[in-house]
Amino acid sequence: MVKHSNASFWNDPKKRAIFFQALLLLAVGAFATLLIINTQSNLAKQNIASGFGFLTQEAGFEISESMIDYWADDTYKLALWVGILNTLKVALIGNVLAIILGVFLGIMRLSSHWLLSKLSQVFIEVMRNTPLLLQLFFWYAILTEIFPSVKEAYEPLPNVFLSQRGLVFPVFAEHIAWPWVKASFFIGIAGCLGLHFWNKRRKMRTGIAYKLGPIMGGVFVLIPLVTWLLLGAPTVVDWPELGGFNFNGGMTITPEFVALVLGLVLYTAAFNAEIVRAGIQSVSKGQWEAARSLGLSQPQALRFVILPQSLRVIIPPMTSQILNLIKNSSLAVGIGYPDFVSVANTTMNQTGQAIEAVVLIMLVYLFFSLSTSLFMNFYNKKTQLITRGAN
Amino acid sequence: MPIKNPEKRALAPMEGLSLWLKKNLFPDVKSSVLSLVILSLLVKALGGLMNWLVFDAIWEGTAQTCRQGEGACLVFIKEKFLFIIFGFFPRELLWRPTLAMILLIAMCFYSREPKRWNKKILYKWLLLVPLCSWLMYGGLGLERVDIGQWGGLPLTLMLSFIGFVFSYPLGIILALGRTGSLPFARSLCVSYIELIRGVPMISLLFMASFMFPLFLPDGWNLPKLLRAQVAIIMFMSAYMAEIVRAGLSAVDKGQYEAADSLGLNYFQKMRMIILPQALKIVIPPTVNTAIGMFKDTSLVAIIALSDLLMTTKTSLKDATWLGFSVEAYLFVAFIYFIFCYTMSRYASRLEKDFSFGAHS
Repeated sequence: MVKHSNASFWNDPKKRAIFFQALLLLAVGAFATLLIINTQSNLAKQNIASGFGFLTQEAGFEISESMIDYWADDTYKLALWVGILNTLKVALIGNVLAIILGVFLGIMRLSSHWLLSKLSQVFIEVMRNTPLLLQLFFWYAILTEIFPSVKEAYEPLPNVFLSQRGLVFPVFAEHIAWPWVKASFFIGIAGCLGLHFWNKRRKMRTGIAYKLGPIMGGVFVLIPLVTWLLLGAPTVVDWPELGGFNFNGGMTITPEFVALVLGLVLYTAAFNAEIVRAGIQSVSKGQWEAARSLGLSQPQALRFVILPQSLRVIIPPMTSQILNLIKNSSLAVGIGYPDFVSVANTTMNQTGQAIEAVVLIMLVYLFFSLSTSLFMNFYNKKTQLITRGAN
Repeated sequence: MPIKNPEKRALAPMEGLSLWLKKNLFPDVKSSVLSLVILSLLVKALGGLMNWLVFDAIWEGTAQTCRQGEGACLVFIKEKFLFIIFGFFPRELLWRPTLAMILLIAMCFYSREPKRWNKKILYKWLLLVPLCSWLMYGGLGLERVDIGQWGGLPLTLMLSFIGFVFSYPLGIILALGRTGSLPFARSLCVSYIELIRGVPMISLLFMASFMFPLFLPDGWNLPKLLRAQVAIIMFMSAYMAEIVRAGLSAVDKGQYEAADSLGLNYFQKMRMIILPQALKIVIPPTVNTAIGMFKDTSLVAIIALSDLLMTTKTSLKDATWLGFSVEAYLFVAFIYFIFCYTMSRYASRLEKDFSFGAHS
């Protein structure tokens, strides 16, 4: 087949490309139009008004746990916010724990100790080869079946109760000071981190590091303490009390939350462990030998030489595991933890606004996914620069 | 015979149980202490488990006997076995889903050898699929069974199998679109893939459950099961696409250029030169995605379709048999584990086979 420069329409790749794309555009457009027409006629028939107007209506349902003040007569918008915050809480706690456990399991898997390595392997295989939703059901069943009813709750410590409804423990009663103490606690952590990095940079530059331990401890304790004293040093405690079918007062960690976090952490940690193992194995053996011959112990070699280098292999797949945990937290709806998908599902059932609710779910998770990816890409670039780059 | 690996010979005296123990469990004091601690914990944990699951287990009796006993209530599993595995499928026709499952699993087992992968096996598969559907659905001499009555393990297998069969070619098309030179097609594929990969599967199942009916013209009605199947295919094809894309970029650039210089057009080039190599490279991750899909079909339980997980959950709601969730979930976990573990062993075997260049 000989191609001519003045080819006919069919034999000119450029024209052909334009034709095919026009065809594709037409097909997609026709399909979308068909869907929209069908949807509009169906909605009209069922008398459902589309749009997000329902967000400002009264939600009318309770949410069992919330990080902000929420009552049944608040709007759907606020209810969905409660859901988003609950999802974020699970995602944050879950990911931190899953990464820590994953690193431990990954290192254990590579241990020269046969039993440790096998134990880790068995755990990883069991977790990876059973569905997450099943695991969540399992943990939830265990938590609600083995613990006694509220009336016969265990009291492992005075005024701390363990029952089917979760762990209830006393907290300080609400007071103007506590939000500020909390805030200053986080400021203390930030301050310590800042000091740590400043000290590290100084050590890099000059080789001399201050012993910051006591100072950091002081910052950590003193800032919240001073805030607490300045704002009136409240000491009133909110004691949990048995009333009717549940405890009143105190703070509750619900079995739904524990089951969800436990399930997500164990499941994701198994995947993380395999990633960490592959990352450590990717560092050449000479690095181990070099580190050992410099007099570093095995743990020191791992900590200062091997792990930092394995990060560049670990971070990209770890990012997708972090995203997986965030997306998998949506399985909360299966065990009744009020995460975003649960709340959106309730909203959908009450208002009939299926399209809007599903679109909202997708948008929120897309936002989570994209922002996590952006942050991890930034972190990835940073670790790539610190290491020697590609070998 | 020459000794290829002299170390092997040096290790030979280490054989035997006591030497194995010395080498792996008690090489030095620290490790020995650790071994003893772990072993004692293991003995205690496994002992407790064995007592519960085997020695104290209750094989005969009623729910009352189970509640009085200490061990696992295996009566419950025996009682609910047929329901958990087959859901609401008519009891007198159970041979049909059983036969369909056996055929499917046997065919998977037969197809495991890469050397059997040729056109003939494709025809066998194409024959098997309508056969299994006929066994499940009925007609042509068999009694009809409504799709609403399908459930349990056959349903889980069907959702994952059909899901794979459709999402694989769709994934290839998406990956080709994403790596191709047509800008509109490329942006369409990129947005689809990234959108799907950015959202949880449950949102697609909600879409299938609540939105698809709105999309259909008046009077049309797809069963919920098929809508969920469409959602699974939509979801998985995006993940397949990314795997195929990795394969496409792993094929040597010279292969593309060689195909071009032979005068092959795009479709010939892809069909005859690039895809066969690209798809082979990514077989292990493809199997891993298939495992993920098999596990993820359990999410249809959330939209109340009676797959294996849902039948288990339903069986637990029986008022006479309340409180045996642990037994039931462990039993189903075991079924899932067998399927997934077999597949994952298979994936790692293929990985080894291919990486040691038997074919290249």
